[in-house]
Amino acid sequence: MDFLRKIFGGDDKKSRDKARDRLKIVLIHDRTDISPQLLESLRGEIIQVLTKYMEIDTQKIEIDLDHDEHEVALVANVPVLRIKRGKIDVDKV
Amino acid sequence: MAARVIVTTSGKGGVGKTTSTANLAAALARFGKKVVAVDADVGLRNLDVIMGLENRVVYNFIDVIEKVCKLNQALVKDKRVPGLYLLPAAQTRTKDAVNPEQMIALCEELKPEFDFVLLDCPAGIEGGFKNAAAGADEALVVTTPEIPSVRDADRIIGMLESMGKSPIRLIINRLRPNMVQDGDMLAKDDILDVLSIDLIGVVPEDENVIRSTNNGEPMTMNLDSPAAHAYLNIAERLLGHDVPLMDLESYATRGFLSRIKKFFSGKRK
Repeated sequence: MDFLRKIFGGDDKKSRDKARDRLKIVLIHDRTDISPQLLESLRGEIIQVLTKYMEIDTQKIEIDLDHDEHEVALVANVPVLRIKRGKIDVDKV
Repeated sequence: MAARVIVTTSGKGGVGKTTSTANLAAALARFGKKVVAVDADVGLRNLDVIMGLENRVVYNFIDVIEKVCKLNQALVKDKRVPGLYLLPAAQTRTKDAVNPEQMIALCEELKPEFDFVLLDCPAGIEGGFKNAAAGADEALVVTTPEIPSVRDADRIIGMLESMGKSPIRLIINRLRPNMVQDGDMLAKDDILDVLSIDLIGVVPEDENVIRSTNNGEPMTMNLDSPAAHAYLNIAERLLGHDVPLMDLESYATRGFLSRIKKFFSGKRK
C-alpha cells in the first residue's frame, strides 16, 4: 500500500505531522471545555464590571466559547443602552 | 527514614504504568534503597504478577487498612533484590473499599519504614485514581507516543496539579525511534511541546518487556536491554543524578535495506 501511495501521489503528509496537528487541536478543545456553572459565574462578573461603565441589556447578553477548528475564542455580544458619563463612583457599584 | 511517595499514573490504560512501577522499584532497590511498590489497583491487581510475586501474596493493603493483619504481614519481600517489597491490592474487592483518607494514613504508616513508596495507580480518573494519588507527594505520568494516550495524560496532569503534587514528571514509553525517524510516530519533543511538564525519561519499545512479564522478573533486576537501561536511568534521575537521555537511534533496529546500506557504507555501529 505504501508504495502505491507513493506512486500515485496521494497524501504525502507524514502521519507524525498529522498526529501532532490533531493532538494540538484536541488539547485546545479539552483544555477550554467549560462547565455551565463556570460560564454562568463568568457571565455574572462580566456584567458586574460592564455596568460600572455603561447601561447594558442584561437579558440579551450572549457569552460563549467559540470553538473554531484551530482556536477557541471567548465571544461576548453585549447590547449597550447608554454609556455612563462623568465621574464614576467605583466603590458604589 | 521518611520515604518519598510517588504515584505512577496515566489516565489511559495499557500504556505501561505497572511495568514502569515494577522496573523502577527494582532499579531503586538495586541502587541500595529500601522500596515498597504498592498496587493501588484494587480489584484488578497485576503488580504482583509483573513482579513475579503472585504466589507469595497472603494479605493485601485493604487487610491492613481494615486491621485484619499487621502491615508487616501484608508486605511481600522480594528475595531476589535486597530492600524490595510489594504491598498487594485486594483482588476480590472494589475501588470503593478504600477512601483517600485511608490511603493517606497507609502511606504515613509506610513512610518511616522505606526510602521510596511507589504507588501503581489504576487507569481512569475516578475514585481509584483519586485514592492512589491522595497519599503521594510526587507523580510520574506515563504516556505512549499516541494521541489518545497523550490526551489522557494531559487530563491527568491537570488533575495532579490541582491536587498539589510536585514534581510531576513524564515518562514517554514504547517509543520506536525508527518510526519517529520515518515520520510515522510522535517524537519526544512533539509530546513535550503540548504537555509542558518535565521529562524524566524515554523508554524505547522493547520485546524484552513481554519476556520479562512472562518470566515474572522486572527487567531492571538483571537484563541488559534498551528498556531496562532506560528504567535504570529514570531511577537514577529520581535519585537526583544528572543522567543524559539515551541515544535511542543507536538502539533502533533499522529495516533490512538500511542495514545492508550501512554494511556497504562501512558505517556499522
